[in-house]
Amino acid sequence: MSDVVKEDVVDAAVDEAHSGDIAGALADAHDDGHGEAHHSSLGLSNTKLAMWLFLGSECLLFGGLITTYMLYRNAHSADVGPDQLWDIPFTSASSFVLLMSSLTMVMAVSAANRKDDRNTKSWLIVTALLGSLFLAGQVYEFTTFYREGLGYTDSLFASSFYTLTGFHGVHVSVGIVMLLATMAMIAKNKISGDKAETVEMVGLYWHFVDVVWIIIFTLVYLIPA
Amino acid sequence: MYGVVAMFFFVVGGIEAGLIRLQLAGPEGTILSADKYNQMFTMHATTMVFLFVMPMAAAFANYFIPLQIGARDVAFPRLNALSLWLFVAGGLFLNSSWILGGGADGGWFMYAPNSDTPFSPSNGVDFWALGLQITGIASLVGAINLIVTVLNMRAPGMSLMKMPIFTWMAMITQFLLLFAMPVITVALFLLMFQRSFGATFFSVEEGADPLLWQHLFWIFGHPEVYIIVLPAFGIVSEVLPVFSKKPLFGYPFVVFSGAAIGFVGWGVWAHHMFASGLGPVSVAVFSVATMAIAVPTGVKIINWTLTMWGGKLQFTTAMLFAVGLIVQFTIGGLSGVTHAVAPSDTQQTDTYYIVAHFHYVIFGGGVLGLFSGIYYWWPKVFGKKLNESWGKWNFWLMIIGMNLTFGPMHIIGLQGQPRRMYVWTEARAGEGFFNLGMWNLVATIGTFVLGIGILLFFVNALVIHRSQPVAPLDPWDARSLEWLTTSPPKAHNFDRTPTVHALDEVFYRKYEDVGKGDEHDYVQRASLEDLMLEEERHADAHIHLPAPSYWPMVLAVSLPIMAYGVIYTSWLIALGGAIAIAAMFGWALEPADAEDSDFDPPAPGEQTSKELANV
Repeated sequence: MSDVVKEDVVDAAVDEAHSGDIAGALADAHDDGHGEAHHSSLGLSNTKLAMWLFLGSECLLFGGLITTYMLYRNAHSADVGPDQLWDIPFTSASSFVLLMSSLTMVMAVSAANRKDDRNTKSWLIVTALLGSLFLAGQVYEFTTFYREGLGYTDSLFASSFYTLTGFHGVHVSVGIVMLLATMAMIAKNKISGDKAETVEMVGLYWHFVDVVWIIIFTLVYLIPA
Repeated sequence: MYGVVAMFFFVVGGIEAGLIRLQLAGPEGTILSADKYNQMFTMHATTMVFLFVMPMAAAFANYFIPLQIGARDVAFPRLNALSLWLFVAGGLFLNSSWILGGGADGGWFMYAPNSDTPFSPSNGVDFWALGLQITGIASLVGAINLIVTVLNMRAPGMSLMKMPIFTWMAMITQFLLLFAMPVITVALFLLMFQRSFGATFFSVEEGADPLLWQHLFWIFGHPEVYIIVLPAFGIVSEVLPVFSKKPLFGYPFVVFSGAAIGFVGWGVWAHHMFASGLGPVSVAVFSVATMAIAVPTGVKIINWTLTMWGGKLQFTTAMLFAVGLIVQFTIGGLSGVTHAVAPSDTQQTDTYYIVAHFHYVIFGGGVLGLFSGIYYWWPKVFGKKLNESWGKWNFWLMIIGMNLTFGPMHIIGLQGQPRRMYVWTEARAGEGFFNLGMWNLVATIGTFVLGIGILLFFVNALVIHRSQPVAPLDPWDARSLEWLTTSPPKAHNFDRTPTVHALDEVFYRKYEDVGKGDEHDYVQRASLEDLMLEEERHADAHIHLPAPSYWPMVLAVSLPIMAYGVIYTSWLIALGGAIAIAAMFGWALEPADAEDSDFDPPAPGEQTSKELANV
């Protein structure tokens, strides 16, 4: 409800901006079409709104996966379960790496807002590197678990754990590709729209993936079985 | 194009329904084997829900949302093209299972573990899961696109509460899609991992919870019901005022009851699972929530009725379908309340009574609404009306046919005939009025009456339509913004971006209120032709239009290739993946603002991606 009210306020503002048009009902002069390209009823750009909606949808994707894991987290054999497998210090370290990548992402967005291409590019690379480090940690973790006897199909716990963290890993990988692609496009000056906004969009996605990891880390690793 | 493809799948689904009813026409039917029968009802439901009603509603939303809010196009034309091609690719992929070893056979809800490999060894379920995954992406992309369009691209002056009601209902639908799709995506992934990679999410012998699938499916599945029916509600809410010559009664109530349906729709999913032993607390909660959702729906029915009350009613075909929706949907709603009562529902679960209920709701609600929209907006899209007398035959045959088909199902359901059984036997058919044989035969005859009615529509649309005269600009004396442009609309929709002052903008531009005090008396001051001349005189000088692009199509084609790979051989996954990545990069590097298809009057605009995507 409050959203609707807020949007009405924004609309009212838009109305005022166009009060010149409102004066005459049928015969009023109108500026050319160029102004319309940047007109947006909410004052938020289309792409950013789309990204927020997409992330909203992603919440339910991870919601479903996390629910499945929580349902099955105790469904494992006595000798291959979280108690034997988890290496909390190691996973904490890789989580820390991922969180730091959010910080460097913020630095990249801030550099992009200052129109500082050189720093934008380097912060994007640092972010991608930290993301890759986290992924490397996840690969290491998966192989270790596998050696210790947790195959994908061995138990409900195994399937749901690998599916949940695997989906998150895929999201991180997609994020890294986005970071590198953005970096390359800035380098070759191929971005057609607003550069700072493109970086900010990648940032939104990246932060979302990080936030999801905080939830996964807490629910999967920290809560005792 | 959405509409044309959806209509094709409507015919496919209709043929499947015909075969089902022929099989059940008499005792011990022999037309279909048990196995083929299973595939038939599964694919009938899947096709009708995912490949007809949803895309047909998407076609309306896609075409009319930009027109109703005074926008040039949707927010992301290339994403729009992607949705379309994904839907086509997913639909064809799903139906290709017929020639590759048989369709899916687990019911449209595909309950796991029943849909696991031991119980459904053919590839049908794999095709089903992957095909829906692809159309799901199409819906998700479309939802994001349309929500952004509605929220961000309204014409100056159009606040949310001045938005045409169809746009409102379509936007609520898109929000439901946005949040429902990821849940079915998870369920489909889990099912795919189980069937293709040996995971055990649904294997009860491994300790899995058999209710997991049911919960995931119905959290998606119940909002899905409102996804089907809300666009039709929106269409009817446009049609009734026009042909009653009155504004929509209680517009804010219709808007907020729509939103309420959208919210409460998330809290009723477990009423599909009353018979699964959820426990008394869950059952009570969901039972009450389900009764509660009848309230906003009832509000809408009352608003529609009062819109017609005291109006100058014109019974055009579009209006007939709209009134038909009110009546038929109310019947479906009433039998729905009997399901909300848990003890009564456990009696009815898995009988034909349920089939009767949801056909009254989906056919009586969804499909009649869509047909109303087709007749109402046809002159807008094609510049000619559909033939009205053929339309009326079409309507009456459909109404009689649907009541003959689905009405008797109440009786045979309460008599205990289970759904999804491929034969029934004379020995248990019962006596007299309640004889199953008679009512099954009536239902089958009804199906063919219904089929003839729909056939008349196709004759009307494809043959009779050609010799129809060109329709005037304003054939129905309409009220909302989509009529403030040529029919069919130009590629850039409006010559000048309209400025909106009122709900029913076009009506207030045409009519002046000369009543005194609280009295309202409207006198026409301008015709739509006058308004159009005015618009052309003040046309915007330079209109930016998006360039056409083929990358969305390439990306859409890559997904079925990957899906075939999952089923048959893994190198196809790699091939499809490579095409997908190439398409994404091609897309990203293609400049979104190519100037060459911009529109500068009076030069004619070139083909735009809107034309590729919308028609």
